[in-house]
Amino acid sequence: MASVTYDDVTKEFDETVAVDGLDLEIADGEFLVLVGPSGCGKSTALRMLAGLEDVSRGQLLIGDRPVNHVPPAERDVAMVFQSYALYPHMTVYDNLAFGLRNKKVPKGEIDQRVRNAAQILDMESLIKRKPKQLSGGQRQRVALGRAIVREPAAFLMDEPLSNLDAALRVQTRAEILKLQQRLGTTTIYVTHDQIEAMTMGDRIAVLRGGVLQQVGKPEELYTRPRNVFVARFIGSPAMNVVEVESTSDNGRDMLTSKGFEIDLPEGMLAKVSTDGADGLTVGFRPEHLELSGADDGSGRARIPAVVDVVEYLGDEQLVHLHAGEVPLMAKLSVDAGRVEIGKHVTLALPLGKLHLFDRKTELSATSAGP
Amino acid sequence: MDSTLPVGKAPTALGRGLAARVFRIARVLPIQVGLAAVAVLWMLPTVGLLLTSLLARDDFNSIGWWKIFTEPSLATFENYRALFANHAITSSLVTTTVVAVGGTILPLLIAAAGAYAFAWLDFPGRDWLFVGLVGLMVVPVQMALIPIFQLYNVTGLFDTAAGLILFHTAFGLPFATFLLRNYMIGIPGELLDAARIDGASELRVFLWLILPLAKPALASLAVFQFLWVWNDLLVALVFGRRTQPITVAIFTQLSQFDANIAIISTGAFVSLVVPLTVFLAFQRYFVRGLLAGAVK
Repeated sequence: MASVTYDDVTKEFDETVAVDGLDLEIADGEFLVLVGPSGCGKSTALRMLAGLEDVSRGQLLIGDRPVNHVPPAERDVAMVFQSYALYPHMTVYDNLAFGLRNKKVPKGEIDQRVRNAAQILDMESLIKRKPKQLSGGQRQRVALGRAIVREPAAFLMDEPLSNLDAALRVQTRAEILKLQQRLGTTTIYVTHDQIEAMTMGDRIAVLRGGVLQQVGKPEELYTRPRNVFVARFIGSPAMNVVEVESTSDNGRDMLTSKGFEIDLPEGMLAKVSTDGADGLTVGFRPEHLELSGADDGSGRARIPAVVDVVEYLGDEQLVHLHAGEVPLMAKLSVDAGRVEIGKHVTLALPLGKLHLFDRKTELSATSAGP
Repeated sequence: MDSTLPVGKAPTALGRGLAARVFRIARVLPIQVGLAAVAVLWMLPTVGLLLTSLLARDDFNSIGWWKIFTEPSLATFENYRALFANHAITSSLVTTTVVAVGGTILPLLIAAAGAYAFAWLDFPGRDWLFVGLVGLMVVPVQMALIPIFQLYNVTGLFDTAAGLILFHTAFGLPFATFLLRNYMIGIPGELLDAARIDGASELRVFLWLILPLAKPALASLAVFQFLWVWNDLLVALVFGRRTQPITVAIFTQLSQFDANIAIISTGAFVSLVVPLTVFLAFQRYFVRGLLAGAVK
């Protein structure tokens, strides 16, 4: 087991920069999720760590050892691939034993470790089968087994759940977490799915266009996103982001958009870390909106809007609305029944849940959250 | 299923099924008959050869082989007994076997290693070398006969089985490498990545992953190469004098004034049985492997 360090790591393919100056420290035993849209460089970052791609610049360390020029075989990491990459002509047993045989582990120990891994993953009965005789979920377990049997310094997982159906994915998600907690092995997990990232990661690193956007615990990313991209990428449905003009008049601070106005608490604009010359963007999450009755003056903004579409989910409803020219999304309770399409409603928004961003840099201008 | 059907309905259902079947058979019948006719036509020389080899020495010139159908008593194994008692023939069969087996295994091993490199290892000029290799496939054997003949004279490889094996290896390599490379490139790269992370050296990746996965292509190539070498006459004629494969041995039975039909027909049939058996045994791979390399 070991920590993993990306020290200003850059990867260039011919003309394009896949990973740009990545700085990231992953503690021993930590579960770190690399997340981002496709093509953001997350898989490249992982493949560099595995030794499958060269590092163009910067340094990669596993523990204290620089591994830039160490071949994959000697890095002591195990990888789980999206396609599982099981050796099709070998039995499950041989698939698990392959890595140990390469390292010339004594036969008796191989047998013991393979059976142990099979037992942990509850697949002792499958051990003599070939991959093509297994279901998708079983293949996935074999891929995991092949990783854990090696007892490596770190697990690298490249979208290991993407090929499973939805129900199995949720189940396997929990199993991987349990397994990682039990073994305490440093794990770097790549996914494009923010729900996987939120539910699994001790910490999450959000990548975009090869550039690290933010690293932090899931709750940090959710409550204090550093920029508009992270704000919209984390959380489902995505945060409402609206361009606004800020005005200050007799100590009364206001944000005005093309659809609604928000009265800010006194002094809030003064705390904004930008002068607002380039304008501001305000963000608020759909789940923080609720249907409002009368104005109760309890520090909540009121946004009048018209309902366009309702996605009824049973325990809640996703409501697409527009306020003036501004399209909005709200995740509302179903206690008061389904919202009717075309209806005029007033949404209430706790001011404490507002996020302000500089419109030009898209960086957070204030974290209004707790 | 029948037992669950109401009894009254069974005959009509059966009647309709029968009509449909008759119709279907009638539709494909002309094709089947046509194919069968072609098959018989193609097999005719082989059957004729077999039956000729069963005729007694004196009957060759007087009666046709088809007479055996009406007079089975004409058939005799005397020619075969004579053939296997003939030392020149048996030793040439041994030579052919040595050359064919060696000329199959050697190029396959080299081509497999080369194909792996062309498919999965990064080295400067790889693609240009591969283009050059593909280009070599169009070089006709005849072009190399004289230079190689001179080379063999100097190196002492002339008139040896090793010389024949090396020549067939050289000329089998381009196509074998080309086919195997195209097959191997279809092996998912993640498998190789996984093996490398699993601590496998390139040699182990090649031996434990690539070779087993390329088995269909290897098998089909082996058949192909084996047939080619086994049936070769030209190369053996040029580079052998006392080292005579069976094709040459049969060929020398032909002379301007006489042809030893007994030895020719019997020897030809024996020489034909081996590759035919190999082909039939591996035909499954043969078809699949050639296709797999091409379209994947």
